[in-house]
This record gives sequence, structure tokens and C-alpha cells, in this order.
Amino acid sequence: MKLGTALLAGLLFGLGLSLSGMTSPAVVLGFLDIAGAWNPRLLFVMAGAVITTAIGYRWVWRGGRPWFDDAFHVPDATRFDQRLVLGALLFGIGWGIAGYCPGPALASLSGGYASVFVLVGCMALGWWLGARVPAPKNG
Amino acid sequence: MQPWICSLIGGVLIGISAVLLMASMGRIAGISGIASSLLTGAPDRGWRIVFLVGLLAAPWLLSLVQGESAIGAPVVSWPWMAVAGLLVGLGTRLGSGCTSGHGVCGVARLSRRSLLATALFVAAGMATVFVIRHLLGVMGA
Repeated sequence: MKLGTALLAGLLFGLGLSLSGMTSPAVVLGFLDIAGAWNPRLLFVMAGAVITTAIGYRWVWRGGRPWFDDAFHVPDATRFDQRLVLGALLFGIGWGIAGYCPGPALASLSGGYASVFVLVGCMALGWWLGARVPAPKNG
Repeated sequence: MQPWICSLIGGVLIGISAVLLMASMGRIAGISGIASSLLTGAPDRGWRIVFLVGLLAAPWLLSLVQGESAIGAPVVSWPWMAVAGLLVGLGTRLGSGCTSGHGVCGVARLSRRSLLATALFVAAGMATVFVIRHLLGVMGA
């Protein structure tokens, strides 16, 4: 049951990315290109996803506990720190270069483009390196 | 169907996936968090691996049904793909999230950190495209 639910969630996520055009880097870069032929599709994806999640989360949290765990694991940090700012900026630059964020990058692997494998391999290397950056002392 | 309607429906499906993951595992549907924790030895790997299998399989299954691939071609050369991948990996790990974890799940629960992160990565992405396409004048980098 637990693994079946996870598979369904993964399939829904991947289907959502494909249908919405997010597995096309040209569409993503079109959204980021505000001074060019701006493509608003990413905005509609975010609107649909954020509104659905906002309503759904509130409904789910009334249930007390998740089906396959003892408690909900929601990040409780509220502080802004350098890691968050630096990380978000580096991610945004990488996103703007090629038009891939992590979900679409992984979902595009079956497309058969060799350079997507290069990007995902380097992304995994980045995750590994990022995990080795020591946390701030006062974090 | 109009592209924006497809995008809205796709977004709703992503939202349903996020709600399902919260209802079942009690977890945020952050792709960078789910995938990177497999590299750094998180406990309870089983559902994370299966979730990613579903994420990878869905566009391929859709291609079989539609008869044409839903996956678009990369628009930059492979050295740029390598640089981009490294920045995306490092950035999402340091910043504790990506477009899904911060942009969808975090914004949906009005997390201050996620709202800031989302504003920053969208702004940085827009600035990067502006520099590449309009200042340097290279379309495909």
C-alpha cells in the first residue's frame, strides 16, 4: 500500500509536468525570458499546483496523522540565512542557463537526450557537494 | 486544447500528487529533497525510490499513449548542461529546496523561507536569461 501510493504520487507528478509543458526547456526558458517572447505557461502550472496544494494540505492536516507515518514532517525553520539565499540564487542561475529544475530534469531522462543525462549527473554531484558544506554555526 | 489550460490541469495534478504525499507519508513533495536524500543516506528509502520511478515513467507512458514524445529537446550544448546541472544541484541542496519543495509546497503553506527562496530563484533565472539572450545575444548559449 505504502509503495503503491508513492508510485501513484510519482506518476501523477510526472504526468503533471509532461502535460503542462514543463518537460520542454524551451517553455521554461520562455517564462524566464521577460524581455523576449514571454511564455506564461509556468505561471499557470504554479497557480494550479499551489492552489490545489494549499487547499489539500489544510484538509489533510485535520486528519491528525499521515497514513504510513506517526506524524507530519513539515519544515519548521523560519529564519532567513545565507545558505538559503546563496542556494536559491545559484539554483536560479542554473535554471536560467538550461531551463531544467530537478523534477523536469529527472522526468526528461526517458526522452533519450544524452545531455540530459549529463545535466542529471552533474546535479547529483552538486547535491553530494552541497551536503558537504558545513552548516552555519548560528544556524 | 489551449496550452495554458493544459498547464493549469498539469499544475493541479502536481498539486494532487503533493497532497497525496502529505496524506500518506506526511512529507513535502520536494523533488530535490527526495532525490538528494537517497544520495546522502536517508532512512526509509523505499517510497522515495518508487516515487522517482513513477516520476520518470510517467512522461514515457504518456508518449506511448499520445504517439509523440512529451519531452522537449535541450536548447543548450552539453557543457552548459553540465554547468547548469552542477548549479541546480548545489543550489537546491544549500537552499533546501527547488521549484516543487519551495515553489509549490512551501508557497502553499506560506512559509517565509520558501516565499523568499522562490522569489530569489525566479529573479535569478530571469536575470540569467536576460544576460544570455539580450546582453550577450546568444540564443542557445
